[in-house]
Amino acid sequence: MKALLVERSAPRFAAARLSSGWHGQLAAQVGPLRLVEADPPTLPGARWRRVRPLLAGICGSDLATLGGRSSRWFEPLVSFPFVPGHEVVGVDEGGQRVVVQPILGCGPRGIDPPCAACAAGRTNRCGHLAAGHLQPGLQTGYCADTGGGWSEELVAHESQLHPVPAGLSDEAAVLVEPVACAVHGALCAPGGDDLTAVVVGAGTLGLGVVAALARYRPDVSCILAVAKHPHQQRLATELGASVVTEPDSLRRAVRRRTGSWMLPGGQLTGGAELVVDCVGTAASLADALAVVAPGGTVALVGMAGRVGVDLTGLWQREVRLQGAYAYGPEPLAGDRHSFELAFELVGAAGLERLVSARYPLGRYAEAVAHAGSGARGSVKVVFDPRRRRPEGTI
Amino acid sequence: MPRPGFVLEVDRSTPPILTWRGDGFSLERLPVERSRVIYPAEPEAGLPDPDGAIDEALDHPLGDSEPIGALLRPGMRLTIAFDDVSLPLPPMRRPDNRQRVIEAVLDRAATAGVDDVVLVAALALHRRMTEAELRHALGDRVYDAFAPEGRLLQHDAEDPDGLVHLGLTDRGEDVEINRRAAESDLLVYVNINLVSMDGGHKSVATGLASYRSLRHHHNVRTMRQSRSFMDQHHSELHSANWRMGRLIAASGVKVFQVETTLNNDAFPSQLGFLQRREWEWTARDRAAYLATTGALRAGSDRLNRSVFQSVKAPYAMTGVFAGEVEAVHAATTEAVFRQQLVPVEGQTDVALFGLPHVCPYNVHSIMNPILVMCMGLGYLFNLYRGRPIVREGGVAILFHPTPRAFHPVHHPSYIDFFEEVLADTTDPVQIEKTYEERFATDEWYRHLYRTGHAYHGVHPFYMRYWGAHALEHLGRVIVVGGDPPTVRRLGFLPASTLDDALEMASDVVGPGSTISHFHCPPVLMADVS
Repeated sequence: MKALLVERSAPRFAAARLSSGWHGQLAAQVGPLRLVEADPPTLPGARWRRVRPLLAGICGSDLATLGGRSSRWFEPLVSFPFVPGHEVVGVDEGGQRVVVQPILGCGPRGIDPPCAACAAGRTNRCGHLAAGHLQPGLQTGYCADTGGGWSEELVAHESQLHPVPAGLSDEAAVLVEPVACAVHGALCAPGGDDLTAVVVGAGTLGLGVVAALARYRPDVSCILAVAKHPHQQRLATELGASVVTEPDSLRRAVRRRTGSWMLPGGQLTGGAELVVDCVGTAASLADALAVVAPGGTVALVGMAGRVGVDLTGLWQREVRLQGAYAYGPEPLAGDRHSFELAFELVGAAGLERLVSARYPLGRYAEAVAHAGSGARGSVKVVFDPRRRRPEGTI
Repeated sequence: MPRPGFVLEVDRSTPPILTWRGDGFSLERLPVERSRVIYPAEPEAGLPDPDGAIDEALDHPLGDSEPIGALLRPGMRLTIAFDDVSLPLPPMRRPDNRQRVIEAVLDRAATAGVDDVVLVAALALHRRMTEAELRHALGDRVYDAFAPEGRLLQHDAEDPDGLVHLGLTDRGEDVEINRRAAESDLLVYVNINLVSMDGGHKSVATGLASYRSLRHHHNVRTMRQSRSFMDQHHSELHSANWRMGRLIAASGVKVFQVETTLNNDAFPSQLGFLQRREWEWTARDRAAYLATTGALRAGSDRLNRSVFQSVKAPYAMTGVFAGEVEAVHAATTEAVFRQQLVPVEGQTDVALFGLPHVCPYNVHSIMNPILVMCMGLGYLFNLYRGRPIVREGGVAILFHPTPRAFHPVHHPSYIDFFEEVLADTTDPVQIEKTYEERFATDEWYRHLYRTGHAYHGVHPFYMRYWGAHALEHLGRVIVVGGDPPTVRRLGFLPASTLDDALEMASDVVGPGSTISHFHCPPVLMADVS
């Protein structure tokens, strides 16, 4: 089968890191990702199934990995070589369309009894990501044993598979996993009344958070979305943002909404009760901390790495910095699981419109470059492993 | 004998015409046989003895006022209010008219034994003046005598303790003005009447008023009914101020009005070409033009702005009138018109307005996009008596780079107005209805206005309203050389050259349109038949 493979190669990671800032396609070509002819992964156990990907998304965390920008935190939590791709809609051996929930917690790893987190359904907090009968890997797409979505075949534990309702398109289904992350980010902060929420970043995660806030947070009366590009601004408005602003105008927009003062250093005296950072850079986190209200919450949904940011305001204003990784039961939604909510949301909000381009595996360099460039009008770029010919984008 | 203003019909022998573009200018060749240029008069001679003329005016007032000496007595409260940094433009060389008049009034007050004297800068909703600006307007002697003792104040239109409500006009308009001024035994108001809009009852009723009072005439309806607001007798803005002024007088506030007029000698000799007719340019003028434009091209925006903002006009005082408000203003208006009115026959399809570097609200500051709109469609468009120089449904072409640049200290609410309000709508009525109150009552803007050097939160709205008459009258507004996204945000069309702009204008007014070029500054006022 054909697969895109990431090998442990320090020179290739270094080359990708050097070139990713100025030429995305070159970075993909010289980086650690290669198209290979490989054997399909073997089934690790009896409760495992083979899945042929129909569509597999390119995520921001994938781009960080391929660009050599990921934190070394993940080194013990991945195993090489691995096939990326954790946003997957595919077909199982019985012909059923399925979405893969990629977390490789205690269940897929054959650990029984499971850890307390997995037992509570919070597989995102699993303590056994490097244990069990699988090689280390926090998710499908980062584990040498399971394969990933950027291939013609992967294996998945039956607990990872979610049937796709007949009415849901492949484009909608491939967004369930990232939208579940967005749902979790939108629901991770405490509830309140007449809240203002700021969403920093308007990629798939950011737009998903906007849609999730609009649908599942009636206590949020104003969603202020920060979007750089015109297509992102339009989508944010369509999905429920009350106000859309460019990054440079964020502080003033929050000031206007919340009636704060702006001090000479640019700090606000008030701010938004909830800020969801869907980017995860030093700049986005600084923006988030600048506009969060005293006692408010900054939810970090975008994958962060090593960032340098002034935390004085966080300390002085008693701000809560809340990580939001993956998905789980959501207390603010009656303990319904983020994945279940995401299935509902992608259909109800018409999120399939976020899929902007499809590429065959062979054009991976272009695909990765396209996914890394919001200025080109894309939101979610996906691989279509069924495509052999370079048909380009949809 | 200075030559009067006139209208030049453009023919093949007409040289390119100097056209302002903010912190710079260009020479534009106008289409022949369908264009005309409206030139200002040459500067009148100044008064040979300004201080003597001031003495004469104070001692022989107009109307039913007594001489100022007769109004001063020991133990009285005397307040002297004066126009703020928005006048004149450009700022005049020292000594400023305000300094001359105030020194003369203070001499008489001292002679009369008046101890309780306070000076008040009549800011209305403008920014507070800096020490340097106050020293320039008043002179060091006055500043040093009053400022350290806290007797030099700046009007605060948001100070609940510093305002007094005098009542309602017969139209239900609130009249609320500065308490110190209202409760003084005598209020002397010292004006510099750069244009005919300035002065009269507007001095106190606007300059010393609160937002609560100002909103009755600084609104879209009033501005649309002021045709123009430079012509008192056809200006609802003035009618409202006159109603208020008369109520102020009826409330017992004794106002002694002093108005001064200037000639239009607006630029120093090294920039003399800016006020000479192009075909009369000498070799020195041409060299100065080339050197200036070359230096501006080489300079940064910041440097060029700094250079232009340092220009001081060699204005000369041409008149000084004192006494009862309406009698004084009638004399002043006549003097202003004598210098500025230019007879113009009929209207044209298109009007060209080159925008200079400064308007009343960006002295020592940045002419942001909203001020560009105000300068073009508020001030220059309204410098007419009778009818606008461009016909109804015609096109105004402005020349300005219109950068998306704002002074964060002076114009904080302008930034939000541009980012939030204009992104939603450019319709003045909708803007007024939807957004004005929130901006006007925003605590942060209020704080910056009262304690810093910021214009009031509502001020950008007034700038938009200032152009409401023009926006209703015109079929299209085009900005030559303007930053395209910024110009579009204003609701206008950007053009790269005059030829492009005229082609775009032809979509509205048809081909072969007639064109008026408004050759200002120096200030002129078209008297359109």
